[in-house]
Amino acid sequence: MELTHEEILRYSRHLLIPEVGLEGQKKLKAASVLVIGTGGLGSPVALYLAAAGIGHIGLVDYDVVDYSNLQRQIIHGMSTLDDLKVESARQRMLDVNPDIQVDVYNEIFTSENAFRIAEPYDIIIDGTDNFPTRYLSNDLAVLTGKPNIYGSIFRFDGQVSVFDGKEGPCYRCIFPEPPPPGLVPSCAEGGVLGILPGTIGTLQATEALKLILGIGEPLIGKLLLYNALDMSFDFVKLRKNPDCKVCGPNPEVTELIDYEEFCGVPAHDHESGSAGADWDITATQLAERLKHGDDLKIIDVREPHELAISRIKGAELIPLGQLASRMSELDSAQEIVLMCKAGTRSARALEVLHSAGFRKIKNLRGGINAWAREVDPSLPIY
Amino acid sequence: MTTTLRIPTPLRPYAQGQSEVAVQGATVGEALNDLVNQFPTLKKHLFTEADELRPFVNLFLGDEDVRHLQGVDTPLKEGDRLMIIPSIAGG
Repeated sequence: MELTHEEILRYSRHLLIPEVGLEGQKKLKAASVLVIGTGGLGSPVALYLAAAGIGHIGLVDYDVVDYSNLQRQIIHGMSTLDDLKVESARQRMLDVNPDIQVDVYNEIFTSENAFRIAEPYDIIIDGTDNFPTRYLSNDLAVLTGKPNIYGSIFRFDGQVSVFDGKEGPCYRCIFPEPPPPGLVPSCAEGGVLGILPGTIGTLQATEALKLILGIGEPLIGKLLLYNALDMSFDFVKLRKNPDCKVCGPNPEVTELIDYEEFCGVPAHDHESGSAGADWDITATQLAERLKHGDDLKIIDVREPHELAISRIKGAELIPLGQLASRMSELDSAQEIVLMCKAGTRSARALEVLHSAGFRKIKNLRGGINAWAREVDPSLPIY
Repeated sequence: MTTTLRIPTPLRPYAQGQSEVAVQGATVGEALNDLVNQFPTLKKHLFTEADELRPFVNLFLGDEDVRHLQGVDTPLKEGDRLMIIPSIAGG
């Protein structure tokens, strides 16, 4: 394949680098990369791969652009609010570089479609935001022999590695089991410094270019640990687990499965904010009961710094992480309504109390955000 | 034997918000015991009921996974640096 005169001008700064040159740029043009997730990590990955001239890029995401995404998902904007994220991303990528091919998959990535979606691509980039999909992407990468460029973030911490099951360890070698649900909150619950996925995603894109060009030292067998507050970059060695169930010599995983049960959390729609119809109370219902003078206690399981954003008068704060050790402060004979931001943490709090024998408990469905929508519009939604 | 142990962000709430703590012990196992003695609420996040390190907890001595050294019996030297690598999934 040859580069056109326009392409030579476009990529001139690449062509000037001896390690890239004309041959390197042709490799980038011939490459095909699948980006799973077009959110915080996917945004810089997709933008930079488009800019670099990766000839064929696939994007997977089932979601639409939400207002609170714009704090960090820089590929999207006000002009594409509520649009499909894959379409929003593709539009932006083609604005940067109309010469590339961008294919979009507006689907939830599952064991049913993963092989089909990944088939045309040589490299997989994990830009997902949950454990089940990460385990699935890893299995896919190992079973198809494709490298999986891993990146993950939490608040101020990020991790990057290249899991190449043939040459080095896979994700499962390092993380054979996920942490229990609730220990590591999602970005929606725990928050994230908006700029963090920018750093980590750009590092993932860097690894993709290195693999395609065959230059530098890829992070195979190494884990990069980044902390934005310390500005620390630590590297640890990763080794193949000889007993790995996925990439070991006696694999137990020989076909794709979905990992929701393994991880104890849903791979998507984790913001359902409900504990199930029997255990939910809506904001409107709660407001009526309070107006009625019913004797019930509202327990707010959010973190102290969230009170400054919005609060319900009379609610008592017991952060979710402290609930188990502070249950003795609660009277199981009294009706308790648990609440948080959106109903997800309070649903978990309900399970904690239920396991301890509490029965007169309810989850405020949709959390204080629902209260703001239905009962007290003077409160902000966040 | 004093070594420093780096606590990953998701576990800091159980270590009074600290990112690094000094721990005593001649082996990795002893250092971990000292850690959970200092911060009892950390125990259930690191250990199973059978007092084994939970599989999602990755512990590194310097840049080596202790699983590839001698596990909890790995000996420590003064000034060694232990790090718990968190399982995080945000994106």
